[in-house]
Amino acid sequence: MSDAARYEAVIGLEIHVQLSTRTKMFCGCELSFGEEPNTRTCAVCLGLPGALPVANARAIELGLMIGMALGSELAPRSVFHRKNYFYPDLPKGYQISQYDQPLCRGGHLGEIRIHRVHLEEDAAKLIHVGASGRIHGSDASIVDFNRGGTPLAEIVTEPDLRSAEQAGEWLRLLRTTLRQLGVSDVNMEEGSLRCDANISLRPSGSDALGTKTELKNMNSFRFLERGIRAEIDRQREILEAGGEVVQETLHFDPATASLTALRSKEQAQDYRYFPEPDLLPVAIDEAMLAAAREAMVELPAARADRLERELGLSAEAARTLAFNAELGDYYDRALAAAEVDARALANWLSDLVGRLGDERTPAESSVTPAALAELVALVEGGEITTAGGRQVLDVLVREGGEPRAVVAAQGLAAIGSDDELAALVAAAIDANPDAAERIRSGNAKAIGPIVGHVMRESRGRADGAEVARLVNEQLGV
Amino acid sequence: MSDGALIALTAEAAAARIADGSLPAAEYAEAYRARAAADRAAADDGLNCFTWVADSVGDHRAGPLAGVPVAVKDLFCTAGVPSQAGSRLLEGYLPPYTATAVRRLEDAGATSHAKTNQDEFAMGSSTENSAFGPSRNPWDRERVPGGSSGGSAAAVAAGLAPWALGTDTGGSIRQPAALCGIVGLKPTYGSVSRYGMIAFASSLDQAGPLTRNVRDAALMLRHMVGRDECDATSLDYPLEIRLPAREDLAGVRIGVPAELTADGIEAGVLARFSEALALAEGLGATIEQVTLPTAPHGLAAYYVLAPAECSSNLARFDGVRYGHRVEGADLTEMYTRTRHDGFGREVRRRVMLGTYALSSGYYDAFYDRAQRVRTLIAEDFARVFASVDIVATPTTPTVAFRLGEKTADPLAMYLSDYCTVPMSLAGIPAISIPAGLVDGLPAGLQLAAPAFKENELLDAARALELALAFDGSAAYV
Repeated sequence: MSDAARYEAVIGLEIHVQLSTRTKMFCGCELSFGEEPNTRTCAVCLGLPGALPVANARAIELGLMIGMALGSELAPRSVFHRKNYFYPDLPKGYQISQYDQPLCRGGHLGEIRIHRVHLEEDAAKLIHVGASGRIHGSDASIVDFNRGGTPLAEIVTEPDLRSAEQAGEWLRLLRTTLRQLGVSDVNMEEGSLRCDANISLRPSGSDALGTKTELKNMNSFRFLERGIRAEIDRQREILEAGGEVVQETLHFDPATASLTALRSKEQAQDYRYFPEPDLLPVAIDEAMLAAAREAMVELPAARADRLERELGLSAEAARTLAFNAELGDYYDRALAAAEVDARALANWLSDLVGRLGDERTPAESSVTPAALAELVALVEGGEITTAGGRQVLDVLVREGGEPRAVVAAQGLAAIGSDDELAALVAAAIDANPDAAERIRSGNAKAIGPIVGHVMRESRGRADGAEVARLVNEQLGV
Repeated sequence: MSDGALIALTAEAAAARIADGSLPAAEYAEAYRARAAADRAAADDGLNCFTWVADSVGDHRAGPLAGVPVAVKDLFCTAGVPSQAGSRLLEGYLPPYTATAVRRLEDAGATSHAKTNQDEFAMGSSTENSAFGPSRNPWDRERVPGGSSGGSAAAVAAGLAPWALGTDTGGSIRQPAALCGIVGLKPTYGSVSRYGMIAFASSLDQAGPLTRNVRDAALMLRHMVGRDECDATSLDYPLEIRLPAREDLAGVRIGVPAELTADGIEAGVLARFSEALALAEGLGATIEQVTLPTAPHGLAAYYVLAPAECSSNLARFDGVRYGHRVEGADLTEMYTRTRHDGFGREVRRRVMLGTYALSSGYYDAFYDRAQRVRTLIAEDFARVFASVDIVATPTTPTVAFRLGEKTADPLAMYLSDYCTVPMSLAGIPAISIPAGLVDGLPAGLQLAAPAFKENELLDAARALELALAFDGSAAYV
């Protein structure tokens, strides 16, 4: 049995998403996008004496939209708690978060179950002055409170993921979903989407859970997958050597791809959670639910369903388009631009994606959705052949432009008159007497070289089926 | 007008004279400012009522309180004016904004030129826990004025302020009012905004007036109540606070709870209480024995809940952004030294108690249990108020005690709030009025009513006040 098969990884994700509200979670300060440090602050988000929080109704609405999108149970009454700990980026000495009564419980995205979704406030940003860039060993630390108090939704999955790749793929789906919802910028590099992973290993086939570690600070999809892979490897080596995994929090350093322990269970903080007495419980009413419902858009799962059921796409094609929002939008725009067969359009789009490779997406390419739709229409109308269409697409990818103009300029119009095609077929029979003889004697498969000859001579402008019909007609079989 | 004649005016009377032009506002305010400044300058020879007095009286707005100065407890944030909550940690702290309660009084025309001494962060019953030295009781300078709003109470009793703003968490307005022979009102929780009050225990803190008579208490309260967008726990006050004019108690049912009127109450205090009840009967009230079986547990519940909340509320005083800081070799040492040095013994004691009560594994036994006691106490009151309009008790078990008498025995000190804490836990309004003297020292009568029944409470208090005819002028300096 291979190493990889002997152990199974069990992975759960905790995702923090900065919500796209205008103002902060508990005060009226506008959210900051790179302004001068400490210019988006007030008595509340600086934790000045006497200041009190007031919950942002829009953030609650966005939280409800996330819950709806994930099929969660929306709590009629949820409670903010204080999570108490000292740190310079936490001006009140506690973070207002949710604890045992979160806004949303349960749900799923794809096959991955959601444990809960709750709201909280972001910490301020600490900048450590000194060589290491970390608080230990730095000469001084300075605090920018612009980010402090930004609304966050924390989404926690059940431990349903089994590999780094699956985790990465699922997180992309979540990002697409949240982006389509319009609740967040969901940009990992800029920190509006942050992901921690809980990882444990267990013998394949076992139902028990092993000791887990928490992996923090993976600020890109690449680092997420790399970090999880590194941690799985680390744990496997420990287990194979007969050791025991220690429950601890690990920091992934993307520069060195190494893992450093932040704190172990023995040092675990006691956050002394208790209900935030400065805020009333959040009571969801019908108006709030209606507002959230109103703001909902078509989400990947619903889109896949629509593409498959209403347009007749294959399940795989529907998923591909639905789970890549940009591609799905491109497809919808092309479909709206011309009366073409939905399945044919999906095939042509897939062809385009293949030609572009990893470098560009269709939306970034010189092929507009309308041009692709026109190309498909030309093929469907018999004005060009499929092979001709591929040549047109090559030109569009290279140079852009209008398909009809490309057809004219390159002389790619399908050979329309029977006379012209009949002459080409006759010439091809003359050039392949052996094949013609075998066909006459009943070997239908021998037609290949003759049809190929016509195609070459016509530069793909001939329709293969029509050519075959004419060959047989002229040979009297 | 002579100083003596000015001091004899109630705030209501002064406002009327300023309004009709018979009393120049500047003269009135300056008389009080000069008296406050003299007390401050007298240091140990004075009452030490003030932590800050302005050099001159400022302008005031037009309005029903135009030109009437109000002394403000130190823990209210007042823009650009030292607001230190009686703590060394906030020594010299100048807030950038003004507390809503103060601002509303200023909007009604009141001025403020003095901040009053208090127990540090409102934790105490004698004002001996102030970092700025104890205040003294004007009836006997060797005795405490009560606390935590002791500076406010002593200033009003001594004629150093026409009236004052205080806060009450477990008795911090009512107890010093009783010990200084004045009126103190704790309103219904949520009726006055807490925004800008340096928090002690958020779920209990309420601002309220300390005045020389009941009508002044009503007048000040009228201009403080109402929903504040900056305090999520504040509420729209359902009706206008009336100036009470009632002179009898016909039809008023007064309940006397055995639990708060027997054990541990000094004989002299009980005697004044009984006489007051007899007077009430003479005014037409009916007196009934009622039971508040859970009330005796109020103090125990309070000393879990209030420290728990304060341990979190005071976490923001970490030396990072404002206030006192003691440098250390690293972050933890800076925190530890700052907080050890900046907080007094009683504050440190309560932070420790609260931290313990909220700790993992102890939460259910302490915090959760105390919350359940609180609910039971509120239910006790609700049951009692089904059959009576007012609950009456002595305000405090004893008259003013000697400076230093209880500082070594925190539990004895905590007992000062035995009769006032149950109303705080229930969130209901309660008022203390002078019931007479015991060996030359004032004793207080506490009346409590259901939530938002301040008008009925003030009516009853006014009628009794007239009948009691207490003369506090002996305390004027």
